[in-house]
Amino acid sequence: MIKTLLARVREFKVPSILTPVFMVGEVFMEVLIPLLMASLIDNGINGNNGEGDLKHILIVAGLLVVCCVISLFAGAGGGKFGAVASTGFAKNLRKDMFHKVQEYSFENIDKFSTASLVTRLTSDVTRLQDAYQMILRIAVRSPITLIFSLIMAFSINAKISIVFLCAIPILAIGLALIMTHAHPVFERVFKRYDKLNSVVQENVSGMRVVKAFVREEHEIEKFKGVSGAIYDDFCYAEKLLAFNGPLMQLCMYGGMIAISWLGAQFIVVEGTLTTGELMGIMTYAMQILMSLMMLSMIFVMITMARASAERVCEVLNEESTLKDPEKPVTEVRDGSVCFKDVSFAYKKGGSLALTDIDLNIKSGETVGIIGGTGSSKSTLVQLIPRLYDVTEGCIEVGGVDVRKYDIDTLRNEVAMVLQKNTLFSGTIKENLRWGNAEATDEEIIHACKLACADSFITTFPDGYDTYIEQGGTNVSGGQKQRLCIARALLKKPKILILDDSTSAVDTATDAMIRKAFREEIPDTTKFIIAQRISSVQDADKIIVIEGGKINGIGTHEELLSSNEIYKEVYYSQQKGGDDNG
Amino acid sequence: MADKRKKEQEQAPPIAMKGGGMRGGPRVVGKVGKPDKATVKRLLGYIFKDYKLHFFFVLICILCSSLAGVAGSLFLETLIDDYITPLIGVDSPDFSGLLKVLCVMGVIYLVGMVSTFLYNRIMVTVSQGVQKKIRDEMFENMQYLPIKYFDQRTHGDIMSHYTNDIDTLRQMLSQSIPQAFSSLITIVSVFIAMVTTSVYLTIFVILSIMGMMFVTGKIAGKSGKYFVGQQKSIAEVNGYIEEMINGQKVIKVFCHEDTAKEDFDKLNEELCLNAREANTFANILGPINNNLGHIQYALIAVLGGILAVNKIGGLSLGGIAAFLQLSKSFTMPVNQISQQINYIVMALAGAKRIFALIDEKHEDDNGYVTLVNAKHNLNGEIEETEEHTGLWAWKHPHENGTTTYTELKGDVVLDMVDFGYTEEKMVLHDISIFAEPGQKIAFVGSTGAGKTTITNLINRFYDIADGKIRYDGININKIKKADLRRSLGIVLQETCLFTGTVMENIRYGNLKATDEEVYAAARLANADDFIRRLPQGYDTMLTENGAQLSQGQRQLIAIARAAVADPPVMILDEATSSIDTRTEAIVQMGMDSLMKGRTVFVIAHRLSTVQNSDVIMVLEKGRIIERGNHEKLISEKGKYYQLYTGMFELD
Repeated sequence: MIKTLLARVREFKVPSILTPVFMVGEVFMEVLIPLLMASLIDNGINGNNGEGDLKHILIVAGLLVVCCVISLFAGAGGGKFGAVASTGFAKNLRKDMFHKVQEYSFENIDKFSTASLVTRLTSDVTRLQDAYQMILRIAVRSPITLIFSLIMAFSINAKISIVFLCAIPILAIGLALIMTHAHPVFERVFKRYDKLNSVVQENVSGMRVVKAFVREEHEIEKFKGVSGAIYDDFCYAEKLLAFNGPLMQLCMYGGMIAISWLGAQFIVVEGTLTTGELMGIMTYAMQILMSLMMLSMIFVMITMARASAERVCEVLNEESTLKDPEKPVTEVRDGSVCFKDVSFAYKKGGSLALTDIDLNIKSGETVGIIGGTGSSKSTLVQLIPRLYDVTEGCIEVGGVDVRKYDIDTLRNEVAMVLQKNTLFSGTIKENLRWGNAEATDEEIIHACKLACADSFITTFPDGYDTYIEQGGTNVSGGQKQRLCIARALLKKPKILILDDSTSAVDTATDAMIRKAFREEIPDTTKFIIAQRISSVQDADKIIVIEGGKINGIGTHEELLSSNEIYKEVYYSQQKGGDDNG
Repeated sequence: MADKRKKEQEQAPPIAMKGGGMRGGPRVVGKVGKPDKATVKRLLGYIFKDYKLHFFFVLICILCSSLAGVAGSLFLETLIDDYITPLIGVDSPDFSGLLKVLCVMGVIYLVGMVSTFLYNRIMVTVSQGVQKKIRDEMFENMQYLPIKYFDQRTHGDIMSHYTNDIDTLRQMLSQSIPQAFSSLITIVSVFIAMVTTSVYLTIFVILSIMGMMFVTGKIAGKSGKYFVGQQKSIAEVNGYIEEMINGQKVIKVFCHEDTAKEDFDKLNEELCLNAREANTFANILGPINNNLGHIQYALIAVLGGILAVNKIGGLSLGGIAAFLQLSKSFTMPVNQISQQINYIVMALAGAKRIFALIDEKHEDDNGYVTLVNAKHNLNGEIEETEEHTGLWAWKHPHENGTTTYTELKGDVVLDMVDFGYTEEKMVLHDISIFAEPGQKIAFVGSTGAGKTTITNLINRFYDIADGKIRYDGININKIKKADLRRSLGIVLQETCLFTGTVMENIRYGNLKATDEEVYAAARLANADDFIRRLPQGYDTMLTENGAQLSQGQRQLIAIARAAVADPPVMILDEATSSIDTRTEAIVQMGMDSLMKGRTVFVIAHRLSTVQNSDVIMVLEKGRIIERGNHEKLISEKGKYYQLYTGMFELD
């Protein structure tokens, strides 16, 4: 995991190394400064036999200022490089994750939920950025301060410094005890926070349901339950943490009293210590304990960041389940499609979504697919542009196994209009150019005419430059579907797949689109999934799917006479006059 | 995704284009106002109201603890000057004095420690308690806000009150306030000690600290600018990530990965730059403050030395040494406070937003007519009763003190209703509808024609601008909203399920429903079959709005949920839009039995769903342009006829 993460430092190695170096510089000065301060008192103010040595004061003060300036630059430099390194690290993480996700297959995408991917790319990365910065700046700094201060203290007076050797383990053990007890509680608290957020989230998005059923009080109860649990856990964990301060004080104050007592003995009886040195040791004592405190904080932070690191690494280490073949075929001969004994399961060993599918579609044919909710219609067509790989059997497009094609080549020739389709924020033109970045305005208008989209686009005040909101919220469902079809048409594909893509379009327009397809792109193989019989009844072949199996294939007339399901659907729609989707 | 968006659009009135406010009219974004006195006062009010004693005790403890700290830093001087130095050179030094003073110090420290411990612990209770209270109040109040409030804000904005704002508040309550307070005590006591030692040097310290504050302020101001930039960049990057990841499959289908990468890299780079600057300034603040403190120390030594040598201000050398120590104890808490100020300002801004939510006005409810269980007494009159009889009545108290009971039948009348989401723009004009009990009323029309809006007026999600709506002859403004809504069952366009089992989700319609009643409702909605085939049947946990179910299955559960509520009036808003036609036919049967004897308002895209309605209203641009039953409308050869024959588009 650490290796995966560290590999993302890349061009920010230099600042990553410089940060601790500068921090060490700052620590040096910080250790030096108390020495100078002690000297200022001992030899300056109390110098000259207690008369005060102004010259010495000036020299030492000058030195002190120099040290401070160095320390300031070192500290600021450390801060600067720390910022550069950590934000750069975060940038690379985000970049690598985003790029990785772009390489994911549909199977990979299905594995992570959209929301979780977004969190991983956003808040988890931010948490890692903070942790990385902490580590670079403090994790190096604190132990060094600790060691330096210890050395200095020992060099002043070894005997008295033994006090530290008693205090440090007490503090360390105490802190460790508190942390180990508090940590699991904190983890639980974070989970509860997620729960709280999800209650609020659901409540806000379901507010109309809540109000419609007059469930306000019920919701409040639910919320208070979670809120109360957070309160209990948080109180427990923070009360444990409340031991931190007194423990620290115990070590500090205890140490001070011990040092005072011992110091007095050394000064008075043995004469091995001066008062200035005693003050110096006190300062180091403070620094030692502070750095221990910092270390314990870092410890907490790292454990918290660990969860984020794991989630980020999961994304980075996820291998795309689809790989380009070694010697990819880069040309699709024609739009013929052939399914040979195809079976498919979404999960390995899971139940089969498709079983024993055999199909032979000639180039230029129009194929209609009919079936109930959950009958795997979409699954069937998603295998053609290799959005998923078959579990058994093989699919050939243009006489070549789809797994032998260069994926981009295949997908450029097999245009698919997804059921759950999306427009992106940008103008209509920009959205349409997704199909073909180089498309001329004429080509765009032509595609839109084919998809019967031109007529409504031209009624917009800004025409083709109309801005589409994120998700296409400012066009109606039927308009969106036609834009999506036009977008796919711009690819000039050999195979066009419409997955329930005209459900919100009225029958007349639907018929016009199909007519345009027939006349304008006769060589393109067309797959049309629909719930309306009228959308498919003039297709060359109609496939009836039921429970992941082919229930019948034939023309409208053939199926009407031989296929029970088809008949049933047909008559239910006839009777209901369901011509309007 | 695509169809969800579409639904969001139709359901939400035009002022709430979630995810973008370009065309959306007034959209209220969480404002970052300046924290004011009122906010501070109110926040403190939370503490004082419930935790007066706690807080008082905390103050005392902080006082003890800080004084112990101050005593500690002053102690060293006295120790050396009064107890160690006099002993130097003495033949048989008497350590008893030292021992005594150390014992005294020990006791003082002990008191300090205990106080620290106590105030930390009590503060946990106080800060967590206040947080819980604020959180609960916020949520509680939110439940009673008008739908309009939610229309005008994105979910993200509302959520951030519960996450970011509360979080900064937690920071402030549990850390910043106690620390600021203890720093303040330290500052005051050290300041007194300093003044008594040397007035001149104190003036110098004050001046130099003002200088430091100035520098800090400059840097903080700069960093603030970059932090705003960083925040903006983060929002942009997050928005981009969200849009792209949501459309990831489309990206793949169009081989658009490289462009997505390029655009992302640009935004990411910009974020990195802003974050770098912001962090840099935040990082260098500490070293600058520290070292300015050190420099100040050196300057005091020099100045003090000059003063002492020239015998100005009666300063002794020991005094300088003491003063130096004091100045150190003085600068540290000042720095601490200046570092806490950022947090405090942030938290107060958050608190202000939270209070704004708590203060948001509840939806008006001046209704006094309530829904009660009723039974017929011997005279055939309606009488209020405690037990559930299946018969409901409107209890209508009148001004003259009498109370009348009207049987709940489901008679709904809209009389010349006008409505607009904003005052400037009316979306419904002159809508008159007469729905008799047991009738099925259908609305047909394109997106934005106002179909959903009409149903939202009946259950008073919004209040009408002009005209009247009567329910069983009673003006709905007189009916208590909760009771009005209880009498209306509704299946919404956008299915919302809650985290919980299938059973719990259906029972949401009627919390008192028995398991049997839940099963019956599910059977009615034709949902029983697929529910039983789920891994844990009715106990299957649904998460993320029932992500593991298909759109159609979720709609079936929503229908079952409405069915279990068993209301006299039902509103079905595109309730079967995602169900395939065969399944719909079966659900329709269940629905028909559900609708029997009820007044039903149906909005549907498929004309087959509404064909057997008693009255079909064709809406266009907020007006009813045709009304009548199927046969009548067909024979009129108007818009409905065009729609029916597929000559006209409906989206």
